[in-house]
Amino acid sequence: MAAGHAHPLHLDHDSPVHRLAPEVKILATLLFTIIVVITPRTEFLAFAGYGVLLVVVAALARVRPLWLAKRASIELPFVLLAIALPFAGHGERITWLGLSLSVDGLYGAWNIFIKGTLGVLASLLLAASTTMRDLILGLDRLRCPQVFTQIATFMLRYIDILADDARRMRIARLSRGYDPRFFWQVKAFAVSIGALFLRAFERGERVYLAMLSRGYTGRLPAPEGSGATAAQWAVSATLPLVTAAIAIAAVLR
Amino acid sequence: MKPSLEVAGLDYRYPDGTTALRGVDLHIHRGERVALLGPNGAGKTTLVLHLNGILHGGSGRVRVGGLDVDPSDRARLTEIRRRVGIVFQDPDDQLFMPTVAEDVGFGPANLGVRGAELEARVDEALAAVKMTDHRTHTPHHLSFGQRRRVAVATVLAMRPEILVLDEPSSNLDPASRRELSQILRTLPVTLLMVTHDLPYALELCPRAVILDAGAVVADGPTAEILADADLLGQHRLELPYGFDPALAAAQLR
Repeated sequence: MAAGHAHPLHLDHDSPVHRLAPEVKILATLLFTIIVVITPRTEFLAFAGYGVLLVVVAALARVRPLWLAKRASIELPFVLLAIALPFAGHGERITWLGLSLSVDGLYGAWNIFIKGTLGVLASLLLAASTTMRDLILGLDRLRCPQVFTQIATFMLRYIDILADDARRMRIARLSRGYDPRFFWQVKAFAVSIGALFLRAFERGERVYLAMLSRGYTGRLPAPEGSGATAAQWAVSATLPLVTAAIAIAAVLR
Repeated sequence: MKPSLEVAGLDYRYPDGTTALRGVDLHIHRGERVALLGPNGAGKTTLVLHLNGILHGGSGRVRVGGLDVDPSDRARLTEIRRRVGIVFQDPDDQLFMPTVAEDVGFGPANLGVRGAELEARVDEALAAVKMTDHRTHTPHHLSFGQRRRVAVATVLAMRPEILVLDEPSSNLDPASRRELSQILRTLPVTLLMVTHDLPYALELCPRAVILDAGAVVADGPTAEILADADLLGQHRLELPYGFDPALAAAQLR
């Protein structure tokens, strides 16, 4: 579909992972993330196993490691927070390169870092192989309440139009000599955010009127097209199943 | 034969007390193409929103294809909204679904059309506006003229009795404007066109109605109305510089 073209998180090519129905990918990603999160933080081998699984998925989806690494940098602010833990933690301490570090804090930082990274990478792989449009379709087929999928559909349709509005308003401001260098000049920016909100609000009203005129009664028509096949469910189930097997094996060992 | 549209003695006052319509009478026969002219604030949009029962509450009555517009009867209102296809001025207000085909299917789906029949309706409407090749595209990625044509298709797919266009030529470049008029001319429906674009009205509509201050002040052949400089002047209507309605009307024949 053409809907995802402009979005930086989607890789527009064909692969076995791209061809899977969106709902099976969403569910597999969700289960994978849950298992990662509940794995005890000291099971280092299990985390290595999860990492290998993601590498396999990335290879199947033909996603390059560098592409993933760049987009995974969104995680950095959270990781920075984790760096403080070994210094601030209590309990037993060890000395490393002259720094006194809390053992408990080190484990805490590791816990945040590894689980965060695995979760972000899994989500990025989902986004890379599924258009926004298909993600919403998948959520709809997973019986996500229609209110949420409708809001997401509208956001998907109008976010670009709003961004265009905002860009035109910015160009118009700059054209009248606006050059925000000092904090007190932020007022014009704040006012245009307000104007943008009003424009969005008024557009919402016009869109609703146009929908009513075409017989809208409160429910959007269900999207056409068949859902996932049993084979697709089976294929995508291997990810959470293998993940769970690794987790259980690691805990029982 | 029943007229497509009968408006009799229609009055309307907005909740803030502004009187928008005072005793509007209008008859449009099946297959006619009529231009609704008038200055800003004359009540044109208010009248249009009465045709499908979105605005109501004043005295007078509106009948579409012999059926009374009765806002208290929901089932009938759905039928009225099928019969009156309104194309709004900003295609971005009308096109809200992620793809062109889904948007064209929205109206008929609200009427309970499903499956192969729905596909056929979408294909037919897109073919009528020459947009078949763009069915899987996102509305945002189309040109303005193409979006306006898709907006016409979204309403055609409901097989309306009367097509109502609000400023169809606004913001179009000359080529898109000509393409749209060629398409509108071939459509086998009754047409009511709200416009400030007097040459466009002359080109497409044999009959014109002037609405000013909430009342119909002139109704007759477009060429005669445009030739009456005094009448136009009284109602804040002006021909573009250098445009000679007599010469243009002669060319039309």
